[in-house]
Amino acid sequence: MTATVEARDARLSFGETPALQGASICIQAGEILAVMGPSGSGKSTFLHCLAGILVPSSGEIYYAGQRIDTLGESARSALRRDRFGFVFQFGQLVPELSAEENIALPLLLSGVERGEAISRARGWFDRLDLDGTQRRRSGELSGGQAQRVALARGLVAQPEVLFADEPTGSLDSLTGEHVMELMVGAAKDLGTTVVLVTHEPRVAAYADREVIVRDGKVNQLASTAAPS
Amino acid sequence: MSAKASFENYSRELFTQSIHRVYGAGMSVPLTLLGLLEREPSHGYDLKREYDVYFGRGKPLPFGQVYATLARLARDGLVLAADTEPGAGPDRKRYVITDQGASELDSWLTEPAKPEPHLQSILFVKVVLALMLGRPAEEYLDTQRAAHLQRMRELTETRRSGALVDALMADYGLFHLEADLRWIDLTAARLESLAKEVTS
Repeated sequence: MTATVEARDARLSFGETPALQGASICIQAGEILAVMGPSGSGKSTFLHCLAGILVPSSGEIYYAGQRIDTLGESARSALRRDRFGFVFQFGQLVPELSAEENIALPLLLSGVERGEAISRARGWFDRLDLDGTQRRRSGELSGGQAQRVALARGLVAQPEVLFADEPTGSLDSLTGEHVMELMVGAAKDLGTTVVLVTHEPRVAAYADREVIVRDGKVNQLASTAAPS
Repeated sequence: MSAKASFENYSRELFTQSIHRVYGAGMSVPLTLLGLLEREPSHGYDLKREYDVYFGRGKPLPFGQVYATLARLARDGLVLAADTEPGAGPDRKRYVITDQGASELDSWLTEPAKPEPHLQSILFVKVVLALMLGRPAEEYLDTQRAAHLQRMRELTETRRSGALVDALMADYGLFHLEADLRWIDLTAARLESLAKEVTS
């Protein structure tokens, strides 16, 4: 398998506070990776560095073999727009837009013609059990519906990598499981690599592999099978 | 509480204790078979099949255990071997639950199971011993975490691909494993203090 995303000895501090202290990871194409760790361990910072949102002060970040931490902001922005999808915990939908416009947004930003973008967005409603919500704005959606709209928006442009930061953190167990089912199912169908930050073991159990971020470093858990 | 009610409670307690002695503390197989019989009278073969479908979870109930259990339940008056039908197989008896059996089943269903806090779990012992011996407790916890997550992945796959009864069973396991993982995380965060306490 090919490494899609890789970090080598990434370090980053916020003022005097070190967030990453030599974090390294190699993520294979099509893999679903869970990044776990206690609050404040640096796991979200790590995800932001892997996705080119933040730039580490030292170390290297690669996407598809190309070093991206040395790219300028506009090149990283284009990379995020064209290759990556994102799902976050809160406040990610544009409240003024309908659900279908929210989903179509990444396509519109990539220059896809509006009719085509809306048409492709509509294709996600049935797939994610969202039928009937096409014209609703975010305030008219339940938490689970809003998160599924966000998931569709993260996947609509068929990104190579989906970065999800606590995507079920604001949902109850059952709704969260539903979102995870859909996310994993869609990602596997599309062959999308997923980097999933979560502190919930039940969410991490949907991943192929998990790592723990502790004190700004990545601890690769031994993949020993549980004794039966 | 009246003397009569008190006596009835005492009798019930004695009866339950004797059932526990006879059938073991788990009690699940005899009482589960009683439950299936309350739904409808049935043969040993059909009971085994239904048990395996709903409760077996990959561990089919041996025929020998089914018939031995039914014999004990009949001996204790909880079921009645109603009639014997001609046909192949070792036992074509049709079993019917008795009033006493229905009462025992009702009592088991309505009484809460004893909460088991597992205070002396093997994980706890390993961590304390590791700290006492100056061994890498954190590595042990990480290894255990990986094993737990691996099992959770398997159960998650079961709940994704199986029927609702499989999903519910998997959920039960997942929530318990998750509780262990919370304990592992909390303990990992307190190892330094714990080491001072157990080595002082």
